[in-house]
Amino acid sequence: VAVTAGRPTGQPEPENPLTAGLERVPVAPTSLVIFGGTGDLAKRKLLPALYNLAHDGALPERFHMVGISRKEKEDDDYRSECEEAIRRFSRRKPDEAVLTSLLDNVRYVPGSFDDESVYSELCTVLDEFEKEAGEPLNRAFYLSTAPNFFPVIVERLGNAKLDHHDGGEVRLIIEKPFGTTLEEARELNRRVLAIFDETQVFRIDHYLGKETVQNMMAFRFANGMFEPLWNRNYIDSVQITAAEDLGIGTRAEYYNEAGALRDLIQNHMLQLLCHVAMEPPVSFTAEDVRNEKVKVLQAIPQPTAAQIPEMAVRAQYGPGHAGGEDVPGYLEEQGVPEGSITETYAALRLEVDNWRWAGVPFYLRTGKRLARKVTEIAVTLKPVPHLAFSQDGSLGVQPNQLVLTLQPNEGVSLRLGAKIPGTRMIIRPVKMEFLYGTAFLSQSPEAYERLITDAMRGDATLFTRNDEVESQWRICDPIVKAWEPTDADASGPGAGGIPKYESGSQGPQEAEQLLREGDRWRAI
Amino acid sequence: MTTSDTVWSEQGTTPDAIEAALRELLVEVHTENDNAVPARVLNMIAFVDREWSGEIANRLRGVGRYHASRLLVLAYEPRRERLDARVMIVSESPSAPGELALLRETIVVELGDRHLDDLLTIADPLVATDLPTLLWSPHGHDEIASVLLALSQAVLVDSVEEPIAREALDRACGLSERAYVVDLAWLRSTPWRERVAALFDPPRLRRELPSIAKVSVRHHPASTASALLLVGWLASRLGWRTGPLSAAGDALVGAEHGEGQEVAVRLQAAPELQVPGLESVTLETAAGLCVSLGRGSGGLRAHRRDVHGEEREWTIPGASRGETGVLGEGIRQALLRDPTYVPALRIARAMLP
Repeated sequence: VAVTAGRPTGQPEPENPLTAGLERVPVAPTSLVIFGGTGDLAKRKLLPALYNLAHDGALPERFHMVGISRKEKEDDDYRSECEEAIRRFSRRKPDEAVLTSLLDNVRYVPGSFDDESVYSELCTVLDEFEKEAGEPLNRAFYLSTAPNFFPVIVERLGNAKLDHHDGGEVRLIIEKPFGTTLEEARELNRRVLAIFDETQVFRIDHYLGKETVQNMMAFRFANGMFEPLWNRNYIDSVQITAAEDLGIGTRAEYYNEAGALRDLIQNHMLQLLCHVAMEPPVSFTAEDVRNEKVKVLQAIPQPTAAQIPEMAVRAQYGPGHAGGEDVPGYLEEQGVPEGSITETYAALRLEVDNWRWAGVPFYLRTGKRLARKVTEIAVTLKPVPHLAFSQDGSLGVQPNQLVLTLQPNEGVSLRLGAKIPGTRMIIRPVKMEFLYGTAFLSQSPEAYERLITDAMRGDATLFTRNDEVESQWRICDPIVKAWEPTDADASGPGAGGIPKYESGSQGPQEAEQLLREGDRWRAI
Repeated sequence: MTTSDTVWSEQGTTPDAIEAALRELLVEVHTENDNAVPARVLNMIAFVDREWSGEIANRLRGVGRYHASRLLVLAYEPRRERLDARVMIVSESPSAPGELALLRETIVVELGDRHLDDLLTIADPLVATDLPTLLWSPHGHDEIASVLLALSQAVLVDSVEEPIAREALDRACGLSERAYVVDLAWLRSTPWRERVAALFDPPRLRRELPSIAKVSVRHHPASTASALLLVGWLASRLGWRTGPLSAAGDALVGAEHGEGQEVAVRLQAAPELQVPGLESVTLETAAGLCVSLGRGSGGLRAHRRDVHGEEREWTIPGASRGETGVLGEGIRQALLRDPTYVPALRIARAMLP
């Protein structure tokens, strides 16, 4: 729809006939403002992503960036920091001329995020960009800061009238975590949506930017053979695993506050569950896809306090062995408070109470310092109803299992029963395997490259909507509360009642109690 | 990323023996490393003069991850009597433990005139089944290569490599009726097409597209085909009625018919340009808006003069792909379908003097 001075006129815009057949759809000229522009995320992910977009010629034809952070420094000093970060973390060696050309359009505004003068200075810089361009540019504000600053920044943007812009779009990109409880998420949504419209807000869950997650939709909805089986009549259980072999590294401060449930299950793993369980959307537009995901989340009953011990397990890694070396337990990691009972492992059994999935358990588990790094979704089908031959001497006819591996080797494998060559009918399971890496020439872009581009284009398909975030918290919040430290936990080092598992192992024994009779966890 | 090669060769061989050797090599490599798996994306058949096969091998080696999963090089030497072959399996070391080591296969078959009658029966057993196949015949031999079209879904050409633009465009038009054509001359213009589309994408500028009144393209003297394809693209997307251009020194000039007015077209050779492709593109509207793109350091240099005469210049970042990058892109494009090439090609041919 045509827009005059930021308001729709009701006239449809003419289509751009020149974009047909192009792999890269144009992105409108944009000024990107990164709050937390000197932070770890900016350096490791955002700046390298912007460089790679520039390298591929995928940035808008006019692109400017502003970094905002507390430290005083000049534009040139900030450009040098950006350059260093790009050289260190980019997935490809930078082309010097492209790097220079990108950095030429970078500016820096120092100051505290609650300081109104920062926003006046920002207005000045943004106006300068537009004066130089001779036209209004879209504006995207990326909140890559500690979450307590999110509402502060949003309100200051509103006070400075930066939430709207005549002749251009304004978008707000918010990093995770979006709240640490349901109440916080609701409050944050309330404060954000008091200033911005939901269509302007892009809540990042970087898992959604991964090709692997997008491939799940292609796998389900572009292949007719799976959908007829994709329901409670044929599927026995679903197991979603996100295991890491590493410990918390230098992230003790963040991780000890978050824990495994908030860090991975509340967002990424529930998103994976949605992709497995959602109905086919009418179209792949942002609203249709997100509507279907919200329906799945709403079909998961909120656990009661009494149910939690039966459907949720937590644990913490103790000392053990990884990669052939002795490794410390969580409590011995640098920066972890003495006696912490933060969970480094969490497993849940969820039900999706709808027509398609009633009675099918969805097992979710994540943990650090487990045997191996793997993210996968295993869909176990129901066993065949009758075997016409004896199973003597065989490993047993095991149910078919479809495994979608997200990392490290993205692919799909199907466990089938096959006859062992010989005179007797002896069956053993075999794997039919497809690996994405063998089937495409292109390298997948980093998730942030896709997400930043989509946000600048205004495509919210891969971002989490307000009701989606709240629905995720509705499921996890009672568990978060049940696992909060009690006075007894705080009474002495290691006094808390959190089970331990050995580093480098399959996880805690306690996780077995979540399983329905006959089910077992897949080996990590 | 380091690589290791496994090689087999035999003189006076047969396609069956080559295929069997390839299978055995794959089993051998997989036995040594079960993370090693053959890529299964695309076959590529390159029909080349034997004396230049080394040069072609070097070009293809440079395309890195865009290397076809199975490359069959048919190295032709007219008087050769014997069929000789080499099979190489190149394994890329995984970047992290537990990740895949992709295997790419190259088969080089040296053959002569006496094998041409049975060329299909030599090539057919050596391409991986159920994969798309891209055919490339960089040294001409159109008649021989056309036999191999029976095995191919896509054909790679470079319209700037033909000395005469008409012959290049005729050839591409003819091939487009039998297979999907990937034209490197077209791919060299991709960044230009993307940026022209982006410059006119803001709604207020989209409305100016029907009023384009002048198009000027400067190009490498041997890249007339690229310039014609770019104007052919504009004409086909914007619905211009086109006719032949005329030669004016080292330029082609003419007037095409746009929606509301004539469009003056000028394709000017730029002898200073060292690499194949385009040097600059300038578009002017009837109202006086002028936008142009030119090669620059670190990307394309954009220039805009608005209807009031106010001028602006800036750089749109983007790395040069180089000729190796263009070839790699050509191989990748064999798996995609660009519906805008053939209409642009037809108009480009119609614009030839």
